[in-house]
Amino acid sequence: MTSFLRSLSPEQQVSLVFVVLFGLLMLASGVSVLLSLRERRRGEVDDVRHERLQDYQALLRSSWLMALVFWVGWAAGEGFAIVLFGFVSFFTLREFISLSPTRRGDHRSLVLAFFIVLPLQYALVWNREFNLFTVFIPVYVFLAIPVVSALGNDPQRFLERNAKLQWGIMVCVYGMSHVPALLLLQFPRFEGKMAFLVFFLVLVVQTCMLVQHVVARRLDRPVAPAISQSFQWRSWGAGLLAGGLLGAALAGFTPFKPLPALAMALIACAAGSLGHLVMKAIKRDRGITHWGSAGRSVTGASGLLDRVDALCFAAPVFFHSVRWNFNL
Amino acid sequence: MNWRAQAMGMFLLGLVRALTGAQARWYGCPPKAEQRIYFANHQSHADLVLIWAALPTELRSITRPIAAKDYWTASNFKRWITTAVFNAVYVERERKGDEDPLQPLIDALGSGDSLIIFPEGTRGHGEEPQPFKSGLYNLARRFPDVVLVPTWIHNVQRVIPKGEVIPVPVLCSVTFGEPVKLGADEDRADFLRRSREAVVALRDI
Repeated sequence: MTSFLRSLSPEQQVSLVFVVLFGLLMLASGVSVLLSLRERRRGEVDDVRHERLQDYQALLRSSWLMALVFWVGWAAGEGFAIVLFGFVSFFTLREFISLSPTRRGDHRSLVLAFFIVLPLQYALVWNREFNLFTVFIPVYVFLAIPVVSALGNDPQRFLERNAKLQWGIMVCVYGMSHVPALLLLQFPRFEGKMAFLVFFLVLVVQTCMLVQHVVARRLDRPVAPAISQSFQWRSWGAGLLAGGLLGAALAGFTPFKPLPALAMALIACAAGSLGHLVMKAIKRDRGITHWGSAGRSVTGASGLLDRVDALCFAAPVFFHSVRWNFNL
Repeated sequence: MNWRAQAMGMFLLGLVRALTGAQARWYGCPPKAEQRIYFANHQSHADLVLIWAALPTELRSITRPIAAKDYWTASNFKRWITTAVFNAVYVERERKGDEDPLQPLIDALGSGDSLIIFPEGTRGHGEEPQPFKSGLYNLARRFPDVVLVPTWIHNVQRVIPKGEVIPVPVLCSVTFGEPVKLGADEDRADFLRRSREAVVALRDI
């Protein structure tokens, strides 16, 4: 199997991944249609079952969307992918800032964050300035933002306001920008195939989150019930296991051998699921169930940040583990 | 509408949506093409743009916002944008001579348009809207068939605070509440207090 995959050209390998992925999605959508038909035929409405079905359909819709975005990203090349993730950063930071009260004195810092820091960080990715890209936000922006805020001449809750803004930038811009940065790493004998690494990361992290949520429904021993119902040691372990095994199984698509692939997948899953837990704690603190339009939208649509927060934490950890372990 | 105004309208709509989401939340009434007065809290000049963007296209063309004459006609560009794009009705903020400042609104309602008005008269500073001025009451008396829709604009002051030039992206929403009716013998103060409360109540939905 592995040798067959290695014998294909990069283009063929990517195409194969997409064929498999869209095949699986179509299968899942077929199951969803059958389930909803069965529900309708039965006539009586079972609330719990109905709710589960709706959850499942929402998950399917976002999976379809993500898969389509990746397909377009692959078809249009690296430049497009960088711009795309730049927009994801923009919209997630917008959600984050909307729910973290700022004052008038923060206006200039917000302008700086959205219109200077964000494009610069992605420009650094574009130019492969990996050293500067790694320290730009934690070192330089870390100072610049509070300086601009201080010049706004408003000491009230200064630390709190700045800490929130810094956090938003770290998660939504710094974390997210490591995803397209993976595309530009240069593995020996793996040129032109770095899209697989992005794909690998997204797939193992999403699988881990999915398995964790599904398993948590069957158990009922949350570690921190005030923050998350789905974070339980056993469900977390199950998620890690599923993500890790999937990673090992996907080794043929990556520059890793199966064992390092397992290790890399485990690292990404651990960082992603713990990051998701942290973001949940922030949401509970703000008293909301999800990011997005004021956290109380009529349509019930949840925010973009809910879907990508695990990725924001997994990407930097994964990126640097890969770089250091393989001396890139 | 000429093509330049149309292009500007599209551009503004795209800009407002990218920056704020411009989400409309119809709580107390559906979006419907009847003659209405939307009355809202006022915190920023961008309020007018946000409500305009939040309305569905069909309603946008029959709904005219009120614009303060001294601010929105200060330059040719502002005048053009309020006239050609928003189709605004200008009002004087200061009473001049014996002219009724409500006359332009009465004319617009008389010709069947819907209106967006800000009964505080001026932009508020704090969290709470200021007391409403009596214009809303006078219009309601004069046009008893027009539906009065309380409206809460959320977050706009964070997008572009007074004195700043560059807007920042913050999600905003416009909430439309249950229409308020003027009682047959309700007095001015009661009605204004009641309609202000109807607007404030939408803040926490």
